[in-house]
Order: sequence, then structure tokens, then C-alpha cells
Amino acid sequence: MLFYLFAAVAVIASLLVIAQRNPVYSVLLLIASFGALSGLYVLLQAPFVAVIQIIVYAGAIMVLFLFVVMLLNAPHEETQHDERVHPLRRAGPMRFGAILAGALLVELIWALSRSGGDTGAFDGGGVTSVRALGQSLFTDYAFAFEATSILILVAMVGAVVLARAERRGADD
Amino acid sequence: MTPLLLAQIVLTLFVFVMLLNSAAIMVYVERKVAAMLQQRLGPYLVGPRGLLQPLADVVKLMFKEELRPRAADAILFALAPIISATCAFAAFAVVPFGAQTTLFGLLGEPLRLQVADVNVAILVIFAIASMSVYGIVLAGWSSNSKYSLLGGLRSSAQMISYELSYGLALASVLVVGNSLSLTDIVNHQSGYWLGFIPRWFVFLQPLGFLIYLTAGTAETNRAPFDFPEAEQELVAGYHTEYSSMSFAMFFLAEYINMVTVSAVATDLFLGGWHGPFLPESLGWIWFLLKVAALLFFYVWMRWTLPRYRYDQLMKFGWKVLLPVAVLNLIATAAGVLYFGA
Repeated sequence: MLFYLFAAVAVIASLLVIAQRNPVYSVLLLIASFGALSGLYVLLQAPFVAVIQIIVYAGAIMVLFLFVVMLLNAPHEETQHDERVHPLRRAGPMRFGAILAGALLVELIWALSRSGGDTGAFDGGGVTSVRALGQSLFTDYAFAFEATSILILVAMVGAVVLARAERRGADD
Repeated sequence: MTPLLLAQIVLTLFVFVMLLNSAAIMVYVERKVAAMLQQRLGPYLVGPRGLLQPLADVVKLMFKEELRPRAADAILFALAPIISATCAFAAFAVVPFGAQTTLFGLLGEPLRLQVADVNVAILVIFAIASMSVYGIVLAGWSSNSKYSLLGGLRSSAQMISYELSYGLALASVLVVGNSLSLTDIVNHQSGYWLGFIPRWFVFLQPLGFLIYLTAGTAETNRAPFDFPEAEQELVAGYHTEYSSMSFAMFFLAEYINMVTVSAVATDLFLGGWHGPFLPESLGWIWFLLKVAALLFFYVWMRWTLPRYRYDQLMKFGWKVLLPVAVLNLIATAAGVLYFGA
């Protein structure tokens, strides 16, 4: 019962995210969707993952999103004039986007057919304990964990370099 | 309906009402202490010694007109104070404030003095704290006023910056306490070292306690970190455009957040309801005393320290507090590994 409630909220909120004109509403609906996902994690006996989902996605990342959206102050003003000139609205990028969406759909169908549609009950026994989670993260998945950390570090350094280079260009 | 469930419901309502009351008491205490520190009398007309002043304030706020700027975003403008107040109340739900009790034998099974016993309580508090940013940010944005927007942006930058140190201070405590449950952590702090030093984590984590208090002050936007509402620069910051009860909700949220931060500090660092002289069943008196002491410290600090400059705040948060918090966590982890938990 609760599953359908959370699932419905997640799906409807996600759909509304892309249906909004105002980016601030999009960000808020995405947060609502993350909240519903976190509820699903609780139902899967994984309270730790649920809370981390809220802290990392809804709390930290979306605050930055909202911050950027508010700083750029883009809402409402996207008039018809904007839509015509916007580079992402030209035929080429839109075709590319359509291809990507198609590829994603095929992948989803493939993944669903592989699992035979039977997702079954999730065995959350090991994941409820934070200790077990940490242990498997730092032993079995140590390589993936470290690789992800380095990827994030590189992205962070890259962002800083890009931001600084831009400012130097503006000074000249 | 079992008696235990009934007691739990009554307890939940009781906590809700007491949180509301605590905000009223804090308003009175803040005004009285401020007056004392400034050699004034403070409120003294309404009721004996001005004790009914908060009541008069509430009545005044209720009868004020609810204003909304024409250019404001109606939905978000109404939603923002609700988010703030909801987060403030929700965070206290996982805070335990006393040992198990049977209410003098009235109940068959012991009742926990806590609204919800979650085994990841610390993280829940952290999650709700990170959600409460939205109330302030949205208030600032939806008001469509430059002062509000600046206040909202400042507060989001400030809360993001200090959340990291806040989280790391919490992490060092849970490394020492070896649990994510607040009840476990409090029970870990019962007893004494050498017969007279209470086994409170503040003695194991003095640096962690300082970091927690500093970051907690910044998280609750209290002086000397009250930039979101720096009145000399921003009129009243994010709630400039709010009036009547929606303003009251922000006000309420601020005071309840202070109570929650103090209550969590009591549970994490000051031994919760453990203390000498009183039996375990009356431990909540110790809990209240410790929270009251921390709250007094909060008020005292507000009327003693001037506000920092904004760049000083950011510099301090990222270049001093965060590295110290990281080092403290590493040192704590090393200590626990070396000496055993």
C-alpha cells in the first residue's frame, strides 16, 4: 500500500519536473521525488540508505541546484523569443536528444526482460547494518569506491580550473 | 488500543506542546537576559514580572494582517514558513530525553521518553537539518524582494558551509559511541571515571563539542552568525516580507531549532539524562537542566559577541572549522583503533 503511494509520488513528481516552466518548481519537485524514493528505501528495510538519500541528494546536491537556479534567476522570462534562439532547441540537438531517449528506452526494456519482470523481494538483511555496509564498501568494493572518489576529485579540480580560467579571461 | 500506544500518543502530543511552549519561554528569556546584559528592565508590564509577555506577543501576531507582496510567488511564499516549522518540529522527534519509564507502574511495559526510536537517529537529525535550508531559501526567493533574496542566498551558503563541520562533529561522536542510535550513545555515557568524573563524551571530544556548538550556532542562524537576517544590511533578511502568523512560524522555527540543537548536544556530549543525586526515573530533570544551560549560553553569546563579516564567516568555516573537524575525526578514529572502543 505504502509502496504504491511512494511510487506514485515519485513518478508523478518526476514527470512534473520536466513539465514545469519555472526551474525553481522543477528543483522542488525533484526533491519531492527524492523524498518518495527515500520512503521506498525505508520499505526495503534500508533506513541508512534512505537517510543518506535525503542528506546527499535532497539535502546537499539539490540545495546547490536551487542556489544556481536562483542566482541565474531564470524563471518566467523564457519567452517565445528565447525558445527560437536557444541552441538546444535547434533541430540537430533535438534529434540527438531523441536518439539518446530512444537508446535509454531500449536499455530499460532490455534490463527488464533480463530480470524476467520478477524483481522479487529485496533481501535487505546485510544492508540495514551500517557496519556491514562499510565493511563491504571497503573490502569487496574497495576498487569501485576509490575509483569513484578519484573521479569526483578530478571533476572537482576540473570545475575549479574552468571557473578560474574564465575569470582570468574576463580580466584581460 | 493498548495502554502503551495510548501513552506514546500522549507523549507525542506532549512533546509537540512543550516545544511550542519552549519557544514562548525562550522569547521571554531572551528579552529578559538581553535586558539584564544591557542594564535595562526588559518586559515587566504584562503579568507578574512580565511573564505573560510571550502570550501578548502571540495575540498581537495573530491579529495582525497577513500581507503578501504582489510580485511574490503565492504557492512558495505560503510553503516556505511551513517547511521551516515542520523541519523544526520533526527533528526533535528522534531525540530521547529520558530513561525508560513505566509512569509509576501505570504501564505494563516501560515507555521510552522519545517520540520515535530510530536506529539511525543522528543521521535523521542531520537529514532534517539539511532540509530546513529550503524553508529559508524559498522564503528569500519567493518574496521577490532584494533583501529577502540576499538573506536567503547568504543563509544557504552559510548552512551548506557549516553543515560539513556539523556532520563531521557528529561523526566523531558516533565513532566514540560506536552507534548511530542516540539512546545507545546516551547509555554509553553513564557512570564515572575515577569515581567522580562523569563519563560524558565532552571530556573525550572537547574539540568536537566546540565544533558542534559553533556549527550549530551557524546552522540555526544565531548571532554571531545571524547573517541571513543582518538587520543593518538586509532589513530582516529572508523574512522581510512576512507578517503575522507566517512570520511567527519562522520565529518559532528558529527557537525550536535552538532547543533541538541544545537537546542533541546534551544527548551527544553531556550525558543526556545521566547525572548524580537523582534516580534514573527522574533523569529528565537533568536533561532539562543541561538543555536550559546550553540555551542560556546561546542567548548570552548573542548579546555579547558582535556579528562577523560575511567573508570572515566563510573563511572561518572553510579554512579553520572544516580542517579542524576533519583532523578531529581522524584523530578520534585513530584513538578508537589504538585504545579500543
